[in-house]
Amino acid sequence: MKNGTNQSRRNFFRQAATAGGGLVLGFNWLETSGSVPSIVNGTASVAGTAADAFDFNSYLSISPKGIITIFSPNPEVGQGIKTAFPIIVAEDLDADWKAVKVLQAPLDTIKFQRQVAGGSGSIPHSWKRLREAGATARQMLMQAAASRLNVPVAELTTQKGVVVHTPTGRKLTYGELAADAAKLPIPADVKLKDQKDFKLIGQSIKNVDNLPIITGKPLFGLDFYREGMLFAMVQRPVAFGLKLKSVDAATAKAMPGIVDVVTFKNSVAVVGKSTWQVKKAREALKIEWEKEAGTESTADHNKLFAQLLGQPDATVRRKDGNVEEAFRNAAKVVKSEYQCPFLPHSPLEPMNFFAHVRADGAELVGPTQTPELARNETAKLLGIPPEKVTVEMTRMGGGFGRRLKADFVLEAVEVSRLVKAPVKLIWTREDDMTGGSYRPAVRYRFEAALDVQGNMIGYKLRGAGINAGNSTRENNFPSGAVDHLLIDSADHKSPITTGPWRAPVTNFLACAEQSFLDEVAFAAGKDPVQFRLELLDKAKKAPVGEIKYDIDRMKGVIRLAAEKSGWGRKKEVAQGFSVYFSHASYVAQVAEVAMQKGKPVVRKIYAAADCGVVVNQSGARQQVMGGIVDGMGHAMYGNLTFRDGAPEQTNFNSYRMIRINEIPQVEVHFVDNGIEPTGLGEPALPPTGAAVANALFKATGKRLRNQPFAEQEELKGVS
Amino acid sequence: MALYKLKINGRDYRADVDPDTPLLWVLRDSLGLAGTKYGCGIAMCGACTVHVNGEAARSCVLPVSSLANAKITTIEGLSATGDHPVQQAWDETDVPQCGYCQAGQIMMAAALLKRNPKPSGEEIDTAMAGNLCRCGTYHRIREAIQSAANKIR
Repeated sequence: MKNGTNQSRRNFFRQAATAGGGLVLGFNWLETSGSVPSIVNGTASVAGTAADAFDFNSYLSISPKGIITIFSPNPEVGQGIKTAFPIIVAEDLDADWKAVKVLQAPLDTIKFQRQVAGGSGSIPHSWKRLREAGATARQMLMQAAASRLNVPVAELTTQKGVVVHTPTGRKLTYGELAADAAKLPIPADVKLKDQKDFKLIGQSIKNVDNLPIITGKPLFGLDFYREGMLFAMVQRPVAFGLKLKSVDAATAKAMPGIVDVVTFKNSVAVVGKSTWQVKKAREALKIEWEKEAGTESTADHNKLFAQLLGQPDATVRRKDGNVEEAFRNAAKVVKSEYQCPFLPHSPLEPMNFFAHVRADGAELVGPTQTPELARNETAKLLGIPPEKVTVEMTRMGGGFGRRLKADFVLEAVEVSRLVKAPVKLIWTREDDMTGGSYRPAVRYRFEAALDVQGNMIGYKLRGAGINAGNSTRENNFPSGAVDHLLIDSADHKSPITTGPWRAPVTNFLACAEQSFLDEVAFAAGKDPVQFRLELLDKAKKAPVGEIKYDIDRMKGVIRLAAEKSGWGRKKEVAQGFSVYFSHASYVAQVAEVAMQKGKPVVRKIYAAADCGVVVNQSGARQQVMGGIVDGMGHAMYGNLTFRDGAPEQTNFNSYRMIRINEIPQVEVHFVDNGIEPTGLGEPALPPTGAAVANALFKATGKRLRNQPFAEQEELKGVS
Repeated sequence: MALYKLKINGRDYRADVDPDTPLLWVLRDSLGLAGTKYGCGIAMCGACTVHVNGEAARSCVLPVSSLANAKITTIEGLSATGDHPVQQAWDETDVPQCGYCQAGQIMMAAALLKRNPKPSGEEIDTAMAGNLCRCGTYHRIREAIQSAANKIR
């Protein structure tokens, strides 16, 4: 290998400055109020790696005492990546998990790729890279041991942080070998473990941040504190479609603790010495707003949906066969419309960010799902090169897609620039609920044509959305399984801002589609599970057009969910079925409803998930349970409505979220097929709404086509 | 602004704040006790739960001026090393996803078990219904409370 190439490999892999890395996150400040417990695993309260540690690559270093520090580059939003990534590195390193310390890496586009929390893509994207990082270091440690013991590498094995010379039983720890091993050339080609030899992957491993979380350590963006920083809150237009006309900040400025009131774009920022003082002063601002665009109400949207669904033209997304003829020849036609409202993301930690704009660049610290976007947009705003902006990621109190945007980061940057001081920008819950970037409201119209045997020969779907873009997933099931198909979409451009919300588009499309297919199966006189399997068989034997989902994986989860739930064999409960492919994984669910005092109650939901290899059983299981709670909660209760451009729900007293006394039992099963991981942050959510709606139909004979279910006539008063 | 003396986690603190400042913001901004979380500011999510004289209370709606002579416990004081049975159960059950609500959940659960060491499933749900978990860790919260109850027994 040429030196140049080796050097670039080393740069790619090698972690540069580890000691005292920037991840201190106010912990020094914490130490003034009590001692910080030291823990081995998952301590964000350790400032960087040990000073005497040897770096092997971007992901890991090993100290002479054998402490293995693994950097987790992707933002932790509750998806468990800070635990899962290091498990993968440690597996191929053959590390002793008890000796592993995990640190959140800052944004570093040279050492790492795709430092994003979104699209259920972190593990699929990094799987091989992380395994190679571990395996490369393991290979170097074995080389160093071979030299030290003067034996061939082939006679060496590793286990739990120790290199063993099998013939003689001599052992050298990774710590003892680290100094020599780190100096060796990076091997170009390394062998990864066989899955059957996995010791960590597939086990239940606890969240590495459990101890700091349960003892209340300052891990989150809102907890970040820097000596001398100011607090800021921003007043944004009170309705979508308004802009700033005038500000009278005299009263606010005179209030205790207030340092300044500054204006940028259509926002007014109050800056001061504490959150409470800033919040009170913001309430004292006298602001006039004026109309910039139409201010819309939910009632307007309902009329708009009728127009969009009725208009002759729409953007064609997929067309197979001759759909008009199929409907003309149909023995039976089924037609239904389904609608969902806008939803805020409601992560329990509201938006916030720390920014310090200095003459020579900017420092950003906070909760973001897209640190690179935050950096680039900050650079653009300030007119400086991106290299002049640093980003450190705190643990996030949820995100659900809201933190994929950088609007709140840029607010912090604007304010810091204007007041020339380090600033922590804070959104209240009301800001979070009214500040925009919602899951868009969408209405779907489905039509199915059945022949005399009850085969679905034609299928039409139109998606109508408010700032939803393409509200369909035209290549998902049942596309490919129907001879004549037309999928199109129409969209209304609105001043109400929208953005990705956990499982974008499919979070409601799945509910609508899987409920509709239940209606079609019912109309065809077929069992809903059998109906879906028949469609998949047809897609396999005689595919129509392109098929972008894996038919066998989908059938696999359908069969597993049916088996585990005892589908069709229970008398005491009404069961509803749903299956969905989203991102790159497959989840089938069966919901069970029982009548209790004359009211339907969702008792239990079974889930069968195929996300490929399960990295961490505990994390993955909870991800599915949490996805189901999220899916059911928002399907039942979530509703953000508008009046004259202003959201009518502003906090958890008027916006209902699912609570502990409202959850069904959940039983989770994984398909064990050994394929590389395909992601799990989102795919468990989409199927839930339809599983619940279909079970409620079974129990009551009433179809729930609009969300939130709890507010529909069919379920009024049922909780 | 006025000077308030507070007894928190067995220690004496002083804070120079406006009388209407909620305990939550005194803890977080003035005293550096950031374990108690802000989620809604109107006592609807439970993230800010602390103990006042042994009872669970939502610190986001408790003005500091109302707390003279009160004995306050925050998550940092439940056990700084995490060895309270509820904290241990939370770790063993691997409850946290994002973790943001969990300090409030733990404080609520600890208050429940102090009052009712052997709660039924329904009693757990009733006591915990004021605490939101956006990640949906409710199943494990129930399980951890049962497990802590067994430990305390």
